[in-house]
Amino acid sequence: MSMVWDLIVGPFSEFDFMRHALVGSLALSIGCTPVGVFLLLRRMSLMGDSLSHAVLPGAAIGYLIGGLSLPWMAGGGMVAGLLVALLAGLSSRRTRLDEGASFAGFYLLALAGGVVIVSKWGNSVDLMHLLFGSVLAVDDPSLILVAAIATVTLLWFGWHYRGLVLDSADPTFLGHGHGKSVMRYHLGFTVLTVMNLVAGFQAMGTLMAVGLMMLPAATARLVARTLPGMLLVAWLVASASSVIGLLISYYLACPSGPAIVLTAGIAYLGALLATPGQANTAKTPAL
Amino acid sequence: MFGLGKRGRRSSGGKSWLGAGAFAAMFALALAFAGPARAQDTRLPVGVSFSILSDIVKVVGGDRIDVTTLVGPDQDTHVYEPTPADVAKLSGTKLFFVNGLGFEGWLPRLMKSSHYAGTLVTVTKGLKPRTMVDDGKTVTDPHMFQDPERVKAMVDNIAAALSQADPAGSTYYAERAKNYQGALDDLITWANKQLAPIAPARRVVLTSHDAFGYLGQRFGIKFLAPEGVSTESEASAKDVANLIRVIRRTGIKAVFMENISNPRLVERIAKDAKVTVDGKLYSDALSQNPEATTYLQLFQHNIRAIAAAMKDNR
Repeated sequence: MSMVWDLIVGPFSEFDFMRHALVGSLALSIGCTPVGVFLLLRRMSLMGDSLSHAVLPGAAIGYLIGGLSLPWMAGGGMVAGLLVALLAGLSSRRTRLDEGASFAGFYLLALAGGVVIVSKWGNSVDLMHLLFGSVLAVDDPSLILVAAIATVTLLWFGWHYRGLVLDSADPTFLGHGHGKSVMRYHLGFTVLTVMNLVAGFQAMGTLMAVGLMMLPAATARLVARTLPGMLLVAWLVASASSVIGLLISYYLACPSGPAIVLTAGIAYLGALLATPGQANTAKTPAL
Repeated sequence: MFGLGKRGRRSSGGKSWLGAGAFAAMFALALAFAGPARAQDTRLPVGVSFSILSDIVKVVGGDRIDVTTLVGPDQDTHVYEPTPADVAKLSGTKLFFVNGLGFEGWLPRLMKSSHYAGTLVTVTKGLKPRTMVDDGKTVTDPHMFQDPERVKAMVDNIAAALSQADPAGSTYYAERAKNYQGALDDLITWANKQLAPIAPARRVVLTSHDAFGYLGQRFGIKFLAPEGVSTESEASAKDVANLIRVIRRTGIKAVFMENISNPRLVERIAKDAKVTVDGKLYSDALSQNPEATTYLQLFQHNIRAIAAAMKDNR
């Protein structure tokens, strides 16, 4: 027993970079999983994917102004991500397009703009390396950023849980005479999503951020019956994938980010196989 | 799209550029039919794939050639993506000098989409490459230009190709090639003198990717790196852990970043092993930084920095 324990704890106690990677992914799991669960309930599962492209022009401009500094790059990325999210939200409310189509439109605009900025003014390839982090190279500022955003996320969810649940289950319910509060939930949630994703991109890379956000949420949706159950399962899957993925990367020499996301993916596949025949049951969970 | 993370983004970007490249090739072809643009310029137009080779070709070709470089200073050739403008630039050249050995991974794609009409010159042709074991597979190390002795042979190849394309200048090219080879000989003598005081056991250096194998072979220096020969590969926790153990055990103090690759990982490793990063080495590209604007300067900077840092090794 103690040998197994040594195998699990050994790498983390021996190496500082393993501890940084672990704490980073666990913090990311805390912030990202509730966001992922609500994105899934709101049928916006692909938003994370779109946003990972949308942040490029902002992060690039931040880099060109402030150089290789986390506040500039993260700040720029957040502004660009928010702009895309808000414009997409606005256009889906004001035009015939739905949220998905609006997002596709605006993120493509942003991505193309970003590629032009990067190749015109940056020394192109260098920048692509720098804009996105890696699980094994998490430094203290990135760690603080991810942890701070996870804290803000939890506080916001604690505060607005009820309203957000109502708004996600039935967007028109609060709409009757409460237009302002609807915008508040929608806006707050959008800001949180962008914050979590951008922090994840900068600290750990795009694959990690989107992967830890959506795969555990989808797994939880298959397994759990209630919303609190979903939140719990998603968090557990994300945290366990972080630990197991890092250990796989350590013992079997796989790249760390992909190892973590693949572990979460295996949980998802397992849940798919274990719970067939649910297609006709309710698409929204009991609250 | 996210199946491969950063690399996925790159390769899908590559596909779109491929389409754009094909379009640009047609456009360039149309321009070529419209008439020769450089009627009065009698210099031989040549293309070169990246900055270090470009410097060497310029030295050999002198005033008789007009050089167009695709991957400029401080840029990473491994993961570079040709732009339509590159294809257009290349279409006017008679010769295209490349390193070969897989260094320009994008080369086959570019050749296919640009329908290059000139002659492709692989400067490492006929030279014996160094092989190494990377993740259990035997791979060829393309960074031959890090060994000045091999660069001397590359200079011969360059001069021969230029003479064939421009026979009137063959004595000129041969002369310049010989002078440059003399300068390279001096460089090797100088480097040996710099490294002489350092005992073989202390000649160990950590960098971010495996770019200095030839340099190490020539001067008896051992280079360690978390990334493989290409900057495109991603390190695993195991690789990083092994490196840190090696540093702790052997007491290496010579730790460097490169001008083209991600400094974060090397910084992380240095912190874990409680050593400081000694600065920057120029690996696969020249720099806008005055200390490495030519190949000779780049080499001198690297040797000077390595020699100074290795003195602190245990």
